[in-house]
Amino acid sequence: MSNLVEIRDLHFAYGSRPILSDLQMDFPRGKVIAVMGGSGCGKTTVLRLIGGQIRPQRGAVTVDGEVVHQLDTEGLYRLRRKMGMLFQFGALFTDLSVFENVAFPLREHTDLPDELIRDLVLMKLNAVGLRNAHKLKPAEISGGMARRVAVARAIALDPQLIMYDEPFAGLDPISMGVTANLIRRLNDALGSTSILVSHDVHECFEIADYVYFMSAGKIVAHGTPADLRQSEDPYVKQFINAAPDGPVPFHYPGRSLADDLGLGAAA
Amino acid sequence: MIGRFLEWIGRPVREVVEHTGFAARSLLTLLGQCLGALRRPALISEQIHFIGNYSLVIIVVSGLFVGMVLGLQGYYTLNSYGAEEQLGKVVALSLLRELGPVVTALLFAGRAGTSLTAQIGLMKAGEQLSAMEMMAINPIQRVLAPRFLAGIIAMPILAAIFSAVGIVGGYLIGVKLIGVDAGAFWSQMQAGVDIWKDIFNGVIKSVVFGVVVTFTALFQGYQAQPTPEDVARATTRTVVTASLLVWGLDFVLTALMFNK
Repeated sequence: MSNLVEIRDLHFAYGSRPILSDLQMDFPRGKVIAVMGGSGCGKTTVLRLIGGQIRPQRGAVTVDGEVVHQLDTEGLYRLRRKMGMLFQFGALFTDLSVFENVAFPLREHTDLPDELIRDLVLMKLNAVGLRNAHKLKPAEISGGMARRVAVARAIALDPQLIMYDEPFAGLDPISMGVTANLIRRLNDALGSTSILVSHDVHECFEIADYVYFMSAGKIVAHGTPADLRQSEDPYVKQFINAAPDGPVPFHYPGRSLADDLGLGAAA
Repeated sequence: MIGRFLEWIGRPVREVVEHTGFAARSLLTLLGQCLGALRRPALISEQIHFIGNYSLVIIVVSGLFVGMVLGLQGYYTLNSYGAEEQLGKVVALSLLRELGPVVTALLFAGRAGTSLTAQIGLMKAGEQLSAMEMMAINPIQRVLAPRFLAGIIAMPILAAIFSAVGIVGGYLIGVKLIGVDAGAFWSQMQAGVDIWKDIFNGVIKSVVFGVVVTFTALFQGYQAQPTPEDVARATTRTVVTASLLVWGLDFVLTALMFNK
């Protein structure tokens, strides 16, 4: 099967508030796929559904041939060992050093001797450029560095699927470029598949093979970065050009300013 | 009118029942995960060190003062009956049956319980528990269960230390300061304290309080919303809920253990 992850007719709601509806997505093996869209459009929810942290109301997510929401806890945990996930702010264990954070999944899931774990951790940290920071605590490194340590931890067990939740949020331009290169490089070196949830057009278009654009829980456009740059779709154009107004309104929906100021009768 | 009254009564009752049921189910889940956690004693001993050792100072100091006060109060009451040689027995029984387990549990809730709630709440707020789940590691087994077991193990040990130091405090005041006969003090204590009825029942109490206080702290932290306000509120809830449960259970246990 060429797709590592497939999403079919996916519908998800928190209570009566629909978040995702009728989603169809393919994530081919070996590719970096970006899922883009404004804040609150349901991008992160897609990752949580792939990871099996929440269950869809309808439809299915298939990862490596297994339907995620039909698995029991043991099956889900087995599947998650094939996944690595980078959380938005790294989610490093604050009581452990950088080294121990990266060693954590290795110690939990393998019986490898300490010397081998040490070598593996240093190699992973070397890949993200932080080998020499291995003794520091998460509180002693910058946000961008913490994100890279979290990447090293996410790839500790050489996962087939790496999911990045807003890897560029809150980073300075240099760290952003470093992280973007890292995502592409790691994907190709490990032969894995990467899903990149982000709203940073420049970085995503630079490294992604394919891009899905989401708005209000639906796919509004998809294609290669080159296709999307040529797109005439008003939403895609607004997003790529960072226009303040367009299909995505600047104002929160509700009463008009004239109504609020009591100018309705005069208007 | 009646409908509204029933609604007014019914809603809080239903909420309490629902909340209690949910807590009971969470406790069962936690107990189930304890079996797995028992396979990794290193994690448990690390937590015993964390929650037990750091509570030691407050337990020792409180135990000493409670024992000294018992020595003073006991002496003045017994003296009026001419029975001051019973002082050792009074101090020991008060501590072993009641004050040791209860005061230790209350101090434990304030010292260790709050730090457990805040720690778990902040781990959740920082997505550390979600990250663990995504690494195919069950956070209930890896994070909560070792702390729960450590609390259950630490509490009776702390209560024993509290009682032992308290007896020394009573001895210092009664024998050294006031001048009660040392032989009478110790021999009355030895004769009046029963290993099963007094000491063992006190240990059972402190194990039960260990379960209640540690579970309350972990449950509040795990259920806290990932916001600074709610983690703060959860910490307060830990102390209030755990203390009330300790008082209530102490009455029930005492009634069961010391009935004629």
